[in-house]
Amino acid sequence: MLAYAIRRFGQSLFVLVLMSFIVFVGVYAIGNPVELLVNPQADEVERARATAALGLDKPFLEQYWVFLKGAASGDLGRSFVYNVPALDLILDKLPATIELAFVAMVIAIALGIPLGLVAGLKPDSAIGRGIMAGSILGFSLPTFWVGLVLIMVFSVQLGWLPSNGRGDTLAVAGIPVSFLTADGLAHIAMPAVNLALFKLSLLIRLTRAGTREAVLQDYVKFARAKGLPQSRVIGVHVLKNILIPIVTVIGLELGSVIAFAIVTESIFAWPGTGKLLIDSINQLDRPVIVAYLLVIVTLFIVINFVVDVLYSMLDPRVRLGGAAASH
Amino acid sequence: MRAAPLLAVDGLRMHFFTKAGVVKAVDGVSFTVGRGEILGLVGESGSGKSMTGYSIIGLVDPPGRIVGGSIVFDGQDLTRLDAAAWRAVRGNRIAMIFQDPMMTLNPVLRIDTQIVEAVRAHADVSRESALARAREALVRVGIASPDERLRAYPHQFSGGMRQRVAIAIALVNGPDLIIADEPTTALDVTIQGQILFEMQKVCRESGTALIWITHDLSVVAGLADEVCVMYAGRFVESGPVADVLDRPLHPYSRGLIESVPSRNARGQPLRQIPGMTPSLLGLGAGCPFRERCASATARCAESPEVTEPAPGRRLRCFHPAH
Ligand SMILES: Nc1ncnc2c1ncn2[C@@H]1O[C@H](COP(=O)(O)OP(=O)(O)OP(=O)(O)O)[C@@H](O)[C@H]1O
Ligand code: SF4
Ligand SMILES: [Mg+2]
Repeated sequence: MLAYAIRRFGQSLFVLVLMSFIVFVGVYAIGNPVELLVNPQADEVERARATAALGLDKPFLEQYWVFLKGAASGDLGRSFVYNVPALDLILDKLPATIELAFVAMVIAIALGIPLGLVAGLKPDSAIGRGIMAGSILGFSLPTFWVGLVLIMVFSVQLGWLPSNGRGDTLAVAGIPVSFLTADGLAHIAMPAVNLALFKLSLLIRLTRAGTREAVLQDYVKFARAKGLPQSRVIGVHVLKNILIPIVTVIGLELGSVIAFAIVTESIFAWPGTGKLLIDSINQLDRPVIVAYLLVIVTLFIVINFVVDVLYSMLDPRVRLGGAAASH
Repeated sequence: MRAAPLLAVDGLRMHFFTKAGVVKAVDGVSFTVGRGEILGLVGESGSGKSMTGYSIIGLVDPPGRIVGGSIVFDGQDLTRLDAAAWRAVRGNRIAMIFQDPMMTLNPVLRIDTQIVEAVRAHADVSRESALARAREALVRVGIASPDERLRAYPHQFSGGMRQRVAIAIALVNGPDLIIADEPTTALDVTIQGQILFEMQKVCRESGTALIWITHDLSVVAGLADEVCVMYAGRFVESGPVADVLDRPLHPYSRGLIESVPSRNARGQPLRQIPGMTPSLLGLGAGCPFRERCASATARCAESPEVTEPAPGRRLRCFHPAH
C-alpha cells in the first residue's frame, strides 16, 4: 500500500509539471497582458518598465523556470491585476465553488440513485419511461439555457428566489458556508440545481443500467430463492453491486463539477473560482489562470486517489486480491 | 394406498408472453414427489426444466406467467399464494440451487452474511445463533474450518466450494424439498461426483426430498428414485427410475437412453435422435415429437392424453413401445 501511494504521488507530480507547462504555453499564446494593464497613453519607456516589473521581458523558458522554482515553494506568482498572491485569490474563492459543487452532487446523488433504481426495476412502466425521458432532457438541455429559464421563472416571474450572489454565510471552522442560513439556502438553491442537472441525469442512467443488469444475475435470483424480503434483495444485493461503478463515477464527476461550475457561476454571479477564472482570462491575468488550473488539477488528483481507495474498500475482489482463492 | 405426496404438480402450464408471441415453456407437466424422495427431471436443453423449477419456487418473472395447473405442496396449492405467503415458503420449506456456482453467490457479500440472512429471513433468532446454524450447515456439506470460511468472500472459493456453500444455504433452514437445477454441470468431473454423493447423503439423512434437474440420464440412474422426462415443455413419461431406464415406453425416452454410452453396449455406435427440438414459439397442437418420431402416425397430429400403462408409470404417447 505504501509503495502504491509513493508511486501514485510520483505520477501525480509528473502530471502537475506537465500540466503547468502546457498551461504556460497556452497563456503565453493568448496575448500580452501589458497592453491591458498600462495606460493606453503610456510611452515606450513606461511600457518597458511595466513589462520588466512583471518579468515578461525574459525568454519564455526562463519565465517558466522562475515559475517552477516559485511553485516548488508554494508560490504560484502574484496577480498582475490585484498584486496579491494568485493562490490566495483562488483559495479565497474556492470554498464558495466547493460548496456549490458539493450541494449539487448531494442533490444529484439523493435523487439520481433512487430514480435510477425505480427506472431500472420497472423499465417498461410509465414512471420508468418518464424518469428516462427526464434524464434525456437533463442531458441535452444546455446548462446556461436551463439557468436562464430558472431565473426567469423563480426570480423574475414568481419572485421566490434571488437570482445572483451568495447571500448570508456562516463560518464553520473559519470557512464561510451558505447552506446553514435561510438566505444562503435561497441563494444556493437555483445554482446548485442548475449544476446538478447534468450529473443527476448521468446518475439516473448509470443506476438504471446497473440495476437492469444486476436484476438478471443469478445471485439476485438466488437471494430471492432464499425468501429474502424484496427490500433486502434490492437494498443490499442489487445496490451493493451497482454502487461500485457509481461511487467511482461520483468521485470523478465531483472534480468535473468543480471545474465546470464556471458556466453556472457566471449565470448566477456566484462568487466562486469559476467567475474568478473568467475575469482573469478577460484581463489576461496569467498567474491567476495558471494557479487556477493547477489547483483544479491537484483537486482532480486528490479526488481520484480517494475514489481508488473507496473503490477497493467496496469491492472485496480488489481489496483482498484474487490470489487468495482456495480449493 | 400411499400417503399423500409432499409435492404434486398437475398439468402445470407456464407461458412467456413475448412481443413475438406466446412461448409455451411449460405446457402440461405433471409429477409427484414423496417425502424424502429423489426425482430426476430430465430433458434436452430448452425443454422447460428450469422453468418448471422456477414455477415451483415462485420465481417466474414477467413476461412469464403460470397460466394453468396446480402445484400442491404439503396440502397447499402454491399457485394461489400471495407474495408474502410465497416468501415464507421460499428458502424455508422449498429451496433451490442453481447451475453456475460462480454466479449464485453475491460477489460483494461475505459468506456469513449470505447464510445468516437466509436464516433470519425465516426465523426470529439472534445473529449468533444464526451463525451457529450457518457453521453447522457448512460442516454438513463437507467444508473444513467453517469459521474461517464464514468470514471469506465468494471469490476466495473454487467452483466446487461455492456450490457446497450454495447447498449449505439451501439446507440451512431444513427445507422439505430442494430443487437442484443442474448443480454439477459447471464443475469438474471429480467434483461433480463428490457433490452428487454428498447431496444424496445429506438428503437421505435429513429426509429432504430432492428434484434433480439434469439432461444427463446417467446421473439420474444412480441418484433418483423416480424419473420424469420432459420434451418441448411437455410431460413425456415418468416412473420408477430402474423401470423407465430398463423399459422406456415413449419413443423420445428410448432415443434418449440409447444415446447414452453404457457398459453393456460398448463398441456399438451410439444412436442419435434425428432432427432438432421444435421452436416453442407458437407451438401448435399434436405430439411435439412427431417430426422426429419413427413410430409417428397420422393420429399423432392430435395431442395424446396421459395414460397409466402400468402401476406407477405414466406416459403420453399413442404408440408406446412394449
Ligand atoms: N424470458 C423468456 N422469454 C421467452 N422465452 C423464454 C424466456 N426464458 C426462457 N424462455 C424459453 O423457455 C424455454 C424453457 O427454458 P428452460 O430454461 O426451462 O429450459 P431448460 O430445460 O432448463 O434448458 P437447459 O438445459 O438449457 O437449462 C426455452 O425454450 C426458452 O427459450
Ligand atoms: S404420440 Fe406419436 S409422435 Fe408422439 S411420441 Fe408417440 S408415436 Fe411418436
Ligand atoms: Mg435450465
